[in-house]
Amino acid sequence: MGTGPLLLLASLEGLVMAAVLALAAVGLSLTFGVMRVVNVAHGEFYMLGAVLAWAVAQFVPSAPMGFVAALIFAPLAVGALAWLTDTALLKRLNYNPESTIVATIGLSYLLQQGALSFFGPDARAVQAPFELRLQFPWFGYSGYKLFVIAAALAVLAAVWWILSRSRAGLVMRATQVDRNTARAFGINVDRVYAGTFALGAGLAALAAVLIVPISQAHYLMGHDPLLLSFIVVIIGGLGSLRGTLIAALIIGLSDGILSMLYPPTLAKILATLVVALVLVFRPQGLFGAKA
Amino acid sequence: MAAVILEARGLSRAFGGLRAVDGVDLTLTEGEIHALIGPNGAGKTTLVSLLSGRLAPDQGTIRFAGEDITRLPAQTRVLRGIAYTFQITSIYAGLTVFDNLALALQRRHRRDLADAVTQAATRIGLAPYLQTEAGTLSYGHQRLLEIGMGLALSPRLLILDEPTQGLANAEIEDFLTLIRGLTGTTILLIEHNMEVVMALAQRITVLNMGRVLASGTPDAIRADRAVQDAYLGGGHAAD
Amino acid sequence: MRPALLHIGVLAALVAAGFLLPAYQHGMLARILVMAVFAMGYNLAFGYTGLLSLGHALHFCAGMMATGLAMRHGLAAGPALILGLAAGTATAMLTGLLALRTAGVSFMIVTLMFAQAFHLTLLYYGGFTGGDEGFPLPSAARRLFGLDLTQAGPRYAVALALFAAGLLAQWALVRSRFGRSMIAMRENEERSRMLGYNPFTTKLAALALSGLYSGAAGAAYGLLFGYVGASFGTSQYSILPLLYVLLGGAGTTLGPLLGAGLMAWLIDAASSLTDSPLAVIGITLIVLVLFAPKGILGTLREKGLKWLP
Repeated sequence: MGTGPLLLLASLEGLVMAAVLALAAVGLSLTFGVMRVVNVAHGEFYMLGAVLAWAVAQFVPSAPMGFVAALIFAPLAVGALAWLTDTALLKRLNYNPESTIVATIGLSYLLQQGALSFFGPDARAVQAPFELRLQFPWFGYSGYKLFVIAAALAVLAAVWWILSRSRAGLVMRATQVDRNTARAFGINVDRVYAGTFALGAGLAALAAVLIVPISQAHYLMGHDPLLLSFIVVIIGGLGSLRGTLIAALIIGLSDGILSMLYPPTLAKILATLVVALVLVFRPQGLFGAKA
Repeated sequence: MAAVILEARGLSRAFGGLRAVDGVDLTLTEGEIHALIGPNGAGKTTLVSLLSGRLAPDQGTIRFAGEDITRLPAQTRVLRGIAYTFQITSIYAGLTVFDNLALALQRRHRRDLADAVTQAATRIGLAPYLQTEAGTLSYGHQRLLEIGMGLALSPRLLILDEPTQGLANAEIEDFLTLIRGLTGTTILLIEHNMEVVMALAQRITVLNMGRVLASGTPDAIRADRAVQDAYLGGGHAAD
Repeated sequence: MRPALLHIGVLAALVAAGFLLPAYQHGMLARILVMAVFAMGYNLAFGYTGLLSLGHALHFCAGMMATGLAMRHGLAAGPALILGLAAGTATAMLTGLLALRTAGVSFMIVTLMFAQAFHLTLLYYGGFTGGDEGFPLPSAARRLFGLDLTQAGPRYAVALALFAAGLLAQWALVRSRFGRSMIAMRENEERSRMLGYNPFTTKLAALALSGLYSGAAGAAYGLLFGYVGASFGTSQYSILPLLYVLLGGAGTTLGPLLGAGLMAWLIDAASSLTDSPLAVIGITLIVLVLFAPKGILGTLREKGLKWLP
């Protein structure tokens, strides 16, 4: 294969990565933007989405049916769990930033242990809903991966529409700006928070359902998405949806391309250091407006 | 004529488009009590924040005791002898009165810290409360502790930002006695209560819209037409 | 007077335990003491200075690695241990120089990222560091002051000596002028600045001391238990000291020991129910943060035992 086709392949892989990453990162960004909560258990919500997709596939015999069922069920179930977490845990902590980080660290351990106990330590594969191989002149490529890109784009467009055009989005943005004023205007802030947290977790779960036919389910699989979501959210500017999308695209693409050229560990080392340095020297993110 | 201790020239600081302090000159002479008055939003707190180093000026210079301190950070200015007491009480609410005062005193009193703390507490009438958690003191006592921590630094210049705000009349009397008892300390006083200003100040600077409107003795300020029009409203205290 | 008696009493009880307990519990107690030293270091940063770091595994593991690698290349245990202390201090100062430009949540994430990068670096140079699998220290080299550290008795003695030194130094430190200025940073940074304290240098010094303790704990852990590995640099080893300090009581001198001991006992007691400590750690963190954010000794101090150090 020549350099051109290799680059095309790497870009495609990067796009798949970027699409899934954007979904997970937008979830994290939403909870931070609206609620000022850093959710360390976000990676575990992602993991739960994948594990649930596998579980659903065990009950539904046909792959396409199972996939559709998982696509609906997993985000809802994870969202419900997140709703419960918000009302039972985060609300009682008054959303104190440091306490909520410690609490969500505890939650992530608990969820990992839960997945390990019920799901076991092995990685499990889930069948893709359809097998389609697109033949390029230089290589064949999975049609499902292209579908993942399209599906993620569709969901992101829907999220963007909800945030910028719908009443729910207006209420969320109002709460983000000033929760006391929002409350004074009759907005049920408790419900907005619980809903935002559920939506953020649901997006992570959805991303995982999409990716699991490609990369298998495992109880420790939440680590990398959490780290990458952090990176995307911080580089993109905390709480900025547009910045998050751009950063997801850049990081997803560069990760796809770089990991073909360099060892992944080295890429991760550089990425974590970049995040730390961005937070130190440019806390508003690379794309956020200067505060 | 006493020596000049602080001299600010052409100080300016803007927030966005608002020029909170706009080309202010201010001279303080050693040992004087100098009041800074003006309507809300005149730029008083911004000005003293520039002097104490909590904010950096956009333009202008500040000289203290003959040296240029314009670029020094706040904590270094404190060590040079400029103390600042907060408008909104800012004490260590979770620590005892003893620890609050000790933090102000421990750098200069290595051997006799306990005695020095007791003395400082006695001066502000808080000696019985040394082991009390500062956050549980009454509001008036917390204000006194705030001032006491500033005094405990033995500063050459003490900046008091609305020290009597929220105090009862009897507490204001105690405050006046405390300040009159100081010798050698230069005091820059932001104050809304004109009785306090007239009782203490030897000189007054009036600030309006970020600029110096007038500066002089209390009598001269009282007689100044521009001040009367803009601020005093015919010689009466205004808030 | 009462705090002095309490500290001496605790140390005396630990000495007595060395003579009375069977060998199995010796090993466990030695481990608890070393982890308590780590937690005391964490307590200096978080409990006393208010710096909530999520990256202390970096300093612990740096201390361990420096000592382990030095011994692997032929250095004697004593100098290797010193090297470990230096590594913990140096990493804390270096990361602190950058991380202290941030505060609050950003500080937590920056420290987390530095620790993550360090762990990944250890893995990347796995050929040199042994990676996650690590490497054993040669038994013959594990001798300190003529004591054979492969034996349970001397091992406990060294762990206890390190802990005692750490505890007494911590107690002296927090009663000192510098200790008071550390606490002042936690309570009200702006007020401290306006009393003439430099927040940056005060916090950096606190972090350096915290790194010294963490490095000492990591180095001693490797030396006493004969094994060194990058797995001690994972985020779990950043969470453990936080957990110990939260449980025992942040900003109390004996909280770290109490937390480390109770947690070891909890995980041991729960091992009949579950084969992994993860759930126990998770539940304890959540319960603490919800119902007892001041920890055991912090709550006792609030409820009347004001003299508790």
